[in-house]
Amino acid sequence: MPLGAYLALAAVVFCIGLFGVITRRNTVGILLGIELMLNAVNINFVAFSRFHGSALGMMFTLFAICITVAEIALGLSLVILLFRSRKTSTADHVDWLKG
Amino acid sequence: MTPEILGFWILAVTLVGAGLMVVLTKNLFHSVLWLALGLVSTAGVFLLLDAEFLASVQVLLYAGGVITVVVFAIVVTEKLVGERLSSVSRRVGLGTILASALLSALFRVIGKSDVNAVMPEATADFTKWMGISLLTQHVVAFELLAVLLVAGLLAATYFARPEE
Repeated sequence: MPLGAYLALAAVVFCIGLFGVITRRNTVGILLGIELMLNAVNINFVAFSRFHGSALGMMFTLFAICITVAEIALGLSLVILLFRSRKTSTADHVDWLKG
Repeated sequence: MTPEILGFWILAVTLVGAGLMVVLTKNLFHSVLWLALGLVSTAGVFLLLDAEFLASVQVLLYAGGVITVVVFAIVVTEKLVGERLSSVSRRVGLGTILASALLSALFRVIGKSDVNAVMPEATADFTKWMGISLLTQHVVAFELLAVLLVAGLLAATYFARPEE
């Protein structure tokens, strides 16, 4: 497949993830949308790296995957903390800083 | 139609379909399972791009680790609240407009670039190259990543600890 096919696939997946982040009310749902977006970026990295003939982009993807895992673990622990203190899963209800 | 093109289309349709189900399903638990399917088909795309190591990392870390953690989080929070988690969507119009605007902008940029670039022959073993440069050229970043993971997981455990 040509490079454009992979880029188009990644663009579609990224926009689906963006749609999820905007429309989901639930904090876990928003995290899932962010996962999709990061996944699309990883496809782009690997495709560019492969077509360029160097593995540097794949290396970057490896780091991105590991950082995403740490981010998800931290994000979900924050969700659990939020549940304990506020008994809610809706992002709109978290407005303590609102005047 | 070569097997590569056929495989790409199957993976692309699976990935896009699973992604749509992730953002559209009402039940959050089903949404996570669709995400698992999407992540596994991404691993398939990595295989098509000759990144075997990344494909295995993707399946082990994402589809194995992240999905398990998310499922646990959903089960725990359901128990804390005592009702089923469902995700009602809001601002669907705004989301559709923004996402399709970004998609058309991205497609315009992609269309301007050299979209028909053909994949060059694999000159080297990418896995071997990654293994060597991970311990030579990128060793500092690699060790910093280990520190980040430890800090992140410690913080996660600290936040989610049981109340005294």
